[in-house]
Amino acid sequence: MIKKSDVEHVALLARLELSEEEKELYTKQLSDILEHAQTLNKLDTENVPPTAHVLPLKNVFREDEVGDHLDPEKALSNAPDKEESFFRVPKIV
Amino acid sequence: MTQYETIIGLEVHVELKTKTKIFCSCSTEFGAEPNHHVCPVCMGLPGVLPVLNKKVVEYGILAGLALNCQIADFSKFDRKNYFYPDLPKAFQVSQYDLPIAEHGHLEFDTGEGEKRVGITRIHMEEDAGKLVHQGSISTTTHSLVDYNRTGVPLIEIVSEPDMRSPEEAKAYVEKLKAIIQYTDVSDCKMQEGSLRCDANVSVRPLGNKEFGTKVEIKNLNSFKAMQRALEYEIERQIDVVEDNGQIVQETRTWDENKGITLALRSKEEAQDYRYFPEPDLVPVVISREWVDSIKKLLPELPDEKKRRYIEEFGLPPYDASVITVSKDIASFFEACTRNYPEAKAISNWIMGDLTRLLNSHNMDIKECSIKPQQLVEMLKLLDNGTISGKIAKTVFEAMFETGKDPGVIVEEKGLKQISDASAIEGIIDRAIEDNPKSVEDYKKGKKKAIGFLVGQVMKASKGKANPQVVNDILQNKLDHM
Repeated sequence: MIKKSDVEHVALLARLELSEEEKELYTKQLSDILEHAQTLNKLDTENVPPTAHVLPLKNVFREDEVGDHLDPEKALSNAPDKEESFFRVPKIV
Repeated sequence: MTQYETIIGLEVHVELKTKTKIFCSCSTEFGAEPNHHVCPVCMGLPGVLPVLNKKVVEYGILAGLALNCQIADFSKFDRKNYFYPDLPKAFQVSQYDLPIAEHGHLEFDTGEGEKRVGITRIHMEEDAGKLVHQGSISTTTHSLVDYNRTGVPLIEIVSEPDMRSPEEAKAYVEKLKAIIQYTDVSDCKMQEGSLRCDANVSVRPLGNKEFGTKVEIKNLNSFKAMQRALEYEIERQIDVVEDNGQIVQETRTWDENKGITLALRSKEEAQDYRYFPEPDLVPVVISREWVDSIKKLLPELPDEKKRRYIEEFGLPPYDASVITVSKDIASFFEACTRNYPEAKAISNWIMGDLTRLLNSHNMDIKECSIKPQQLVEMLKLLDNGTISGKIAKTVFEAMFETGKDPGVIVEEKGLKQISDASAIEGIIDRAIEDNPKSVEDYKKGKKKAIGFLVGQVMKASKGKANPQVVNDILQNKLDHM
């Protein structure tokens, strides 16, 4: 069962600000989702290896060769703020 | 008073020497203009697909083999989620439960025998970008972000909590650095950040079986910083325990200027990284054949080399340890031994004058202008009496400064040792004349007085007189006076 404190914890990790109503709502919804997922526990997975990836692929590599870089002007073109060729972000320390 | 035991485990990040980043073809070259080595993949733009650099896997396997690890048959990547502007995707691609290598160890000399430290695991991951904080921490208004380093390949090497003192922690990192440098998968330059170290530290009353609460210390960017930070943190924790306080599980940072560790964030929240498998990268399956082919690339490692130097060249174990700490120094030494039989004389010069000069010039042996053959020639000049031991030091320094051959330096500076009795006799006669007191002392039986006279002659000859010849003539003259 999901508790309200779990929702608050997950919200903090995801940097989400939730209202009291939202916390109540998500507590219920997340509980329902987990409960639904419990159905899978009924399966016998004794001899099934854990799935690391859904595609039947392995060892997709590239060689260690330098390719093209993005034009710095282009790289910074969506930046909300910049300074010279740096991204500029609000105070973080 | 309660005795305490310190428990230290280390996490060492090593930047791999690939030409390109781990998941894209951007260059890893150091020192480019900010955000000039970026592409949509490493900037985490929507819709891109990372592709793993094969070399990263090979280097990871090589490092794992060098550290006696078991290489995984099946390995995968996971996303480690946290928010910080040095990470454009808001997650770091790392490895969680299926790292590339596990269960290794390394050994180092503690002065009281060999100590073995377990390597828990080695995993591959991408580096984060670089943040430039404007102004001091208290007055800063904003930060600047450079994503050139984002996606540069790292391996993180996690040790078991096997170290019991800051000295052991230092010895561990030194050995780890040597081994990794031998494999040539990284430069391991602490000052340039290609080897970075975090420590987990706890204390417990001696004899206790359970560990105390551990604290993680970051920002240990030099051997000195690591040692000081650990010493400080151990003392801090013992003080807390002695005052009946509780150690808080947290991450602390080392403040080099203040010489203290500071709390950064509490562990409970920060450690909740919500790892999950990286859906954009497929698993890595490593065959025995692949591992075997990489095993062939494994060079002779420091421990084997040390053993060989002791057996083959008869070097004392201490010398063998010092010489083999760096692959480049070891190659220099070996190059010398090919043309000169006395290995101990070579190691003396390398551990003494050469190391002193390199350190005082803050230089690497690779940048040194003295070539192995030049050291050999100098040793031969010393052996055949062309130069004295004292002059050899002068010649060596001149070789270091100019890169010229020792023979040329001796010729140019007129440093040839004078062994010809007739050339020395005049100087000796003057020394006898000028120092009647010493002569008298000698005649009275104070045999040591001859040392002073030899010194006077050496001084007058500017160190060029052959001290043995001086001594013989002087003694002869004094005894016949």
